[in-house]
Amino acid sequence: MNIFGPMWLSVQLALVTTLVLVLIGTPIAWWLSQTKLKLKPAVQAIVAMPIVLPPTVLGFYLLILLGPDGAIGGWWVQLTGSALTFSFTGLVVASCVYSLPFAVQPMQNAFESLPKQHLERAWTLGASRLDAFFSVAVPLSVRGFVSGIVLSFAHTLGEFGVVLMVGGNIPGETRVVSIAIYDHVESLNYAAAHQMSLLLIGFAFVVLAAMFVINRRWSEG
Amino acid sequence: MRTRAFLILLLLVSGPAPAGDELTVAVASNFSRAAAELSAKFAGETGITVRISNGSTGKLYAQILNGAPFDVFLAADAERPILLERSGHAVAGSRTTYAEGALVLWSGAANDCLAALGDEHGGRVALANPQTAPYGKAAIEYLSAEGLWDSVSRRAVYGENINQALQFVATGNAAIGFIAKSQLSAPQLPKAACTWELPASSHSSLEQQAVLLARAADNKDARRFLDYLGSEAAHEVLARHGYGVSR
Repeated sequence: MNIFGPMWLSVQLALVTTLVLVLIGTPIAWWLSQTKLKLKPAVQAIVAMPIVLPPTVLGFYLLILLGPDGAIGGWWVQLTGSALTFSFTGLVVASCVYSLPFAVQPMQNAFESLPKQHLERAWTLGASRLDAFFSVAVPLSVRGFVSGIVLSFAHTLGEFGVVLMVGGNIPGETRVVSIAIYDHVESLNYAAAHQMSLLLIGFAFVVLAAMFVINRRWSEG
Repeated sequence: MRTRAFLILLLLVSGPAPAGDELTVAVASNFSRAAAELSAKFAGETGITVRISNGSTGKLYAQILNGAPFDVFLAADAERPILLERSGHAVAGSRTTYAEGALVLWSGAANDCLAALGDEHGGRVALANPQTAPYGKAAIEYLSAEGLWDSVSRRAVYGENINQALQFVATGNAAIGFIAKSQLSAPQLPKAACTWELPASSHSSLEQQAVLLARAADNKDARRFLDYLGSEAAHEVLARHGYGVSR
């Protein structure tokens, strides 16, 4: 069996998930960093829950919610004609839930450590809130973004339990590399399992080392 | 004081105390409920507790090769028990057929199982992973023989074992599924819109074999459990779960 098919599928899944998480995670992280509402710890807890919950809990409820009779899946069927479970799109939804804290938390930390006066100065100079966010907050929070992006990408690549429950192991669609490795180990095809696993070990090392190098440069520079 | 703390620590580290008479049996997923019932009866008669470990036949086979602490293996095929016997992981001569399984098409939505299976737009088809689950392999043999595999392979979703295949179709995530006949008596199973039992001749036989594993070669309790599988009481349980028994 081709070892690059499942690997490439995982990379695609991780890329799309990371992109979506930057888009929805940034406003959440920003809101959390600025809000003084009493509700903040509750929202923070909800965002962090996927770290604590077993993938089986997420997988179980996603299976129900994303299925053709589920609240989200049913709506999706009406919209597109096909269900979300056992599909690449469904895996993207599942991965976004699963990796959300890994995107939001580093960004939130970066936003919270911004010196308040920088933003206030931008506002007094007449910059709109959005303008000030993109021209002051974002450039000063690059470390947070890099960490958030790298961690969501890497965490999605390592996803297993949730995919096992809602993926259905379809070649080219939902058989991501972690599932392919599991299959190979179960059917005693250790050569293929080794190839994929070693590839992932190397990849994880390179990605994480790169992140730490980038972060060090930024803190020195 | 310090000694007491040390003893408590030792107790925590050593884990649960192993019970006196206890067997660990690896059971193919399709047989999990029947095995639970059999072991309860067996325990009632003999006082020997049976712990059951479920999984696909292929997965349990791989675990046994890697030293899993099982005494008896109830597989969903004859192939893996034979391999275990040959490689010395099972006791030669202990292998017996304990049940004949059957494959069933099941749908909660379609009224005609065969029509839904043949319909290209009939939705997802659930089956057990053919690499590790004999019931999945049998399903593919049937589909290939009927010339349906080309169409179905594009709609197939694979359960990690036959219980997950059932779960996919019972939750409505798959439109139709190949399941074990023994699963029809699952108490939580929703009402079927159609069921169709595949003729036994349409795929290679689902002869399910049991074998005594090497680490239990001298374990009388384990042999007793294997003998019990062939008893009248056990046959009654098997028949109720939809299995055929050879006498």
